[in-house]
Amino acid sequence: MSEKDKKKPNRRDFILTATTAAGAVGVGAAVWPLVDQMNPDASVKALASTEVDISSVQPGQAITVLWRGKPVFIKHRTQEEIEEARKVSLKELKHPEKDEDRAKKPEWLVTLGICTHLGCVPLTNKGDFVGGWFCPCHGSHYDTSGRIRSGPAPTNLEIPEYTFVDNNTIKIG
Amino acid sequence: MKIVKLFTLFLTILTHTSLSFAAGENPTLMKPGWSFQSFFGKFDRASLQRGYQVYTEVCASCHSMKYLSYRNLAEEGGPEFSLEQAKAIAGNFEVVDGPNSDGEMFTRPAKLSDKFVMPYANEQEAKVSNGGAYPPDMSVLVKARAGGADYIYSVILGYEDPPVGMKLDDGVYYNKYMYGNKIKMPPQLYDDLVTYADGTTATPEQMAKDVTTFLAWTAEPKLEERHKFGFRAILYLIILTILVYFSMKKIWSRIETKI
Amino acid sequence: MSSHEYTPSSKFGKWFNDRLPLLTLANHLTDYPTPKNLNYWWTFGGILTFCLITQIVTGLVLAMHYVAHADLAFESVEHIMRDVNYGWLIRYVHANGASMFFLAVYIHIFRALYYGSYKSPREVIWIIGMLIYFLMMATAFLGYVLPWGQMSFWGATVITNLFSAIPLIGESVTHWLWGGYSVDNPTLTRFFSLHYLFPFLILGLVILHIWALHVPGNNNPIGIDIKKPSNDTVPFHPYIVIKDLFALLIFLIIFAFFVFFSPNILGHSDNYIEANPLVTPAHIVPEWYLLPFYAILRSVPDKLLGVIAMFASIFVLVILPWLDTSKVRSALFRPIYKQFYWFLVADVLILGYMGAMPAEGNYLLIARIATAYYFIHFLIILPLLSKKEKTLDIPLSITEPVLGGMPNPAIAKEDFKLKSLG
Repeated sequence: MSEKDKKKPNRRDFILTATTAAGAVGVGAAVWPLVDQMNPDASVKALASTEVDISSVQPGQAITVLWRGKPVFIKHRTQEEIEEARKVSLKELKHPEKDEDRAKKPEWLVTLGICTHLGCVPLTNKGDFVGGWFCPCHGSHYDTSGRIRSGPAPTNLEIPEYTFVDNNTIKIG
Repeated sequence: MKIVKLFTLFLTILTHTSLSFAAGENPTLMKPGWSFQSFFGKFDRASLQRGYQVYTEVCASCHSMKYLSYRNLAEEGGPEFSLEQAKAIAGNFEVVDGPNSDGEMFTRPAKLSDKFVMPYANEQEAKVSNGGAYPPDMSVLVKARAGGADYIYSVILGYEDPPVGMKLDDGVYYNKYMYGNKIKMPPQLYDDLVTYADGTTATPEQMAKDVTTFLAWTAEPKLEERHKFGFRAILYLIILTILVYFSMKKIWSRIETKI
Repeated sequence: MSSHEYTPSSKFGKWFNDRLPLLTLANHLTDYPTPKNLNYWWTFGGILTFCLITQIVTGLVLAMHYVAHADLAFESVEHIMRDVNYGWLIRYVHANGASMFFLAVYIHIFRALYYGSYKSPREVIWIIGMLIYFLMMATAFLGYVLPWGQMSFWGATVITNLFSAIPLIGESVTHWLWGGYSVDNPTLTRFFSLHYLFPFLILGLVILHIWALHVPGNNNPIGIDIKKPSNDTVPFHPYIVIKDLFALLIFLIIFAFFVFFSPNILGHSDNYIEANPLVTPAHIVPEWYLLPFYAILRSVPDKLLGVIAMFASIFVLVILPWLDTSKVRSALFRPIYKQFYWFLVADVLILGYMGAMPAEGNYLLIARIATAYYFIHFLIILPLLSKKEKTLDIPLSITEPVLGGMPNPAIAKEDFKLKSLG
């Protein structure tokens, strides 16, 4: 029978091809909802931003807040720490970024509390750099601007999107 | 096609069997006609917005709406308030949040992500405040009653004097459409109970229709999306069925001519 | 079976096939000789396979969002309907898919009854099929409990209480099923676990069902044994595949109407009220596909006997190959059996209707008569018919009846349709 198939005119081939193509489109369309259901749902997306009251955070202190299931460090930096962060030459840095680009207001540093190495949470005010962070998992040291200074982590702590709603409130996300 | 006819027959029998639950001894429900019931049906946007107003000003003092969030009010396929309007609406409500860093609970204005604030702390409190009857949550009420939107509409407007000889206890009302005809909710709607922002005259019928539309949406917020998808899906299936039919004819012609 | 001689053409294919003969299997499935006179009632096997896979896939997805806890189950279903991307679609496909699954399985079973597909040498296919059907009912019941609405809760209460009819140990058995003294959270969590498990058991049985089918091959509308492969057969692929696909698409159009335009019509509105152990709904009804059995259960005025009658109504189907011993398979050649067949169809539809009505007055009376007739059909009429019925002459092959001047099998098919109508 297979030899006979090949000799048949093209019209059948056309209709079979069209059917197969239309069928493939339909299968694709049916599979998409099954894939998309795993994406963040509407209730999760609605929580995509958090407002934080920072009025009680003293200079030198840092608080950790939860945003999208992840820790965010909000650090009230002292004048010394700011100066320390700003005088570092970019050449010394593994991932060169200016402190001015990392903090919208110099006295406040907002950064994701997730080590860029393998996702542990670094410890505040620990490590080789004053007012910095130290990740206990594999020994990465971050400075007071959250920049990687030594250890295995490849990049600086990530800065989330945030805005100052007023002097006492930060909106993250 | 014989097979299709038989299918249809079988399905008709099935649907009739299940529909027969709906018909009780109560009188036929009022059917004001809903824009969302047809094949391409959509909600009447203005009616949804007015319905929300009736719900908050009249129903919400007793009936919770626990599966809805304020963000839903701005979502596509719903009342479609603007994001700012929805935020402002949410801001009118106080929710309990916390504990704060001192370990205390505090209240704050509601945000879009918050669920609708409930009128009572729990079911017991709701019962005590309503003469022992629990005002049902309204989120899925339209789907939870046989007769759906028509039933809700009819009950809202179905208050009458009880038939002669029927004795009603205090705080019990006669309702023509309610199952068992006794209802603990007093009649709610009278002319100009609410002042519609869009200037529509607030007759009881108008308010009943608006609030029922709103409740139909809260019960089935994806209805418009469902209708839209359904139309496309069925159109596609019909086209594919025709293509497959001709493919089948072609393939079978190989042997039917061979013999 | 031609697959014995199959050798893959590529070298790698041969290497692999010698170690795991998957290609031989695939070749067997595509070449599988199928009677060419199968009508559209035979497409429901493929449709059922599709239904099972759809239920498993959508069920897997729903389980990613559903929370099996008495306090959270109802809310999590609403979460699926409102927040999860396409959650409403997936849930409605799953819920209506159960109904469509049963619709297809009933057509499949009644096709087998009409054409005598349960008879020798296909008894094992039939019995496995009945096991599948029984597991389907169990799975559907367990699944219906999960949304934790009023019908879920009270349906679970009523059905689990069936076991309390067992003398002496009944009460212990129900407590064991519940994990407590009533249907509650422990019941819900175990029902979820079992509802997840059973479809895979069904899948295993379906494979056995198909395997058992491929030993003797398909029955066919004339019900005669045919030579395979021969002029009476076509290879499964592409002939049967494309035909099954066409039927499946028609089925899907109906399915889509339910999902998109009346997704709740087959359900009960009370199941959108969260479960409340203090309030029983006015009348408890199972889903439509279980109604005939529910009617049988209620029509017997004794608790234990009612339960026994219900299970017996399925059991008589299991032993059917030994109740109907007529050598002629297809009802086309059994004029009296054909009449009784339609009586049975009507009887089951009546039972279904009575199952939906309150068990009182005339409804109850009719349900009792219909129950009695159901058993009479299988236990008295069929054995008697097997002995007494004068059957019509059976053709020798599928092409034989058309020898009277109709060389085209397509016309022959029409001829059978006419015969089956008359």
